[in-house]
Amino acid sequence: MFSLMIVDDSNIIRRKIERGHDADKFRIVAVAANGVEAIAAFKQARPQVVTMDLTMPEMDGIDCIQQLIALDASLRILVVSALSDKATGIAALKKGARGFLCKPFTDEQLSAALSELTED
Amino acid sequence: MSQETLQVFIDGVVRYFHHTNDKDVKVGTPYLVENHNPAAYDITGIIGISGPYRGCVYFTAPRILLKHLLLSIGELETSNEHIFDLVGEVANTISGNARSRFGHEFMISVPVMIEGAPNQIHLPVQMRSYVIPVYWKAYHAAVVICLEQ
Repeated sequence: MFSLMIVDDSNIIRRKIERGHDADKFRIVAVAANGVEAIAAFKQARPQVVTMDLTMPEMDGIDCIQQLIALDASLRILVVSALSDKATGIAALKKGARGFLCKPFTDEQLSAALSELTED
Repeated sequence: MSQETLQVFIDGVVRYFHHTNDKDVKVGTPYLVENHNPAAYDITGIIGISGPYRGCVYFTAPRILLKHLLLSIGELETSNEHIFDLVGEVANTISGNARSRFGHEFMISVPVMIEGAPNQIHLPVQMRSYVIPVYWKAYHAAVVICLEQ
């Protein structure tokens, strides 16, 4: 069982991930609506896996990934974003993300992406 | 604006609705409107665009369509908060997906959600916008593109 934090400024996306994740493999320990909230929530909940939106107020996902990886290099981060260009995906991976799921997505695509993230 | 550019947004709106439980969406022929008389339904989600393209992209829909769209993505709570969240998320998704064609320099803002039509802050009156009609279930909505290069 992996502990999971959901970071997205959209409440309906947070709730979609809450409904769509595989409850046998993941336990949600924190949710956050922007990068600043995510850093604070991470320090308290210490999740092993994070789903991370990129376009958010206060602190965007790319900066947040960099700060989270500085706190825990073993953190497994799945970017969940509508930004579908290659350069953004590469930038997120360079900062330490391990996977990318493009919005819109189905529950099956979410489960597959999270499973892939936790296979190794 | 070229047909190819408009097609990027048409593909985006079709892709969004294809990820819902009611995939049967139709897109009408795009048309131009003057910005002093913008196309709008009950609620509108606006994305500001900067970089090589400047302006905005917005998704506008009647409240009832958004309620049914929430249900169609599995969200049973159709509160006003969720309706506004959804209209912003649709606009964000369509605009963000456009970066697969325009690249990372197509910068998008976080969404701004409003009731009714965008005002002059978001929609310069000296410009014109392309309206892409969207037909889903029994409802009409629109994606509106106001961009200059």
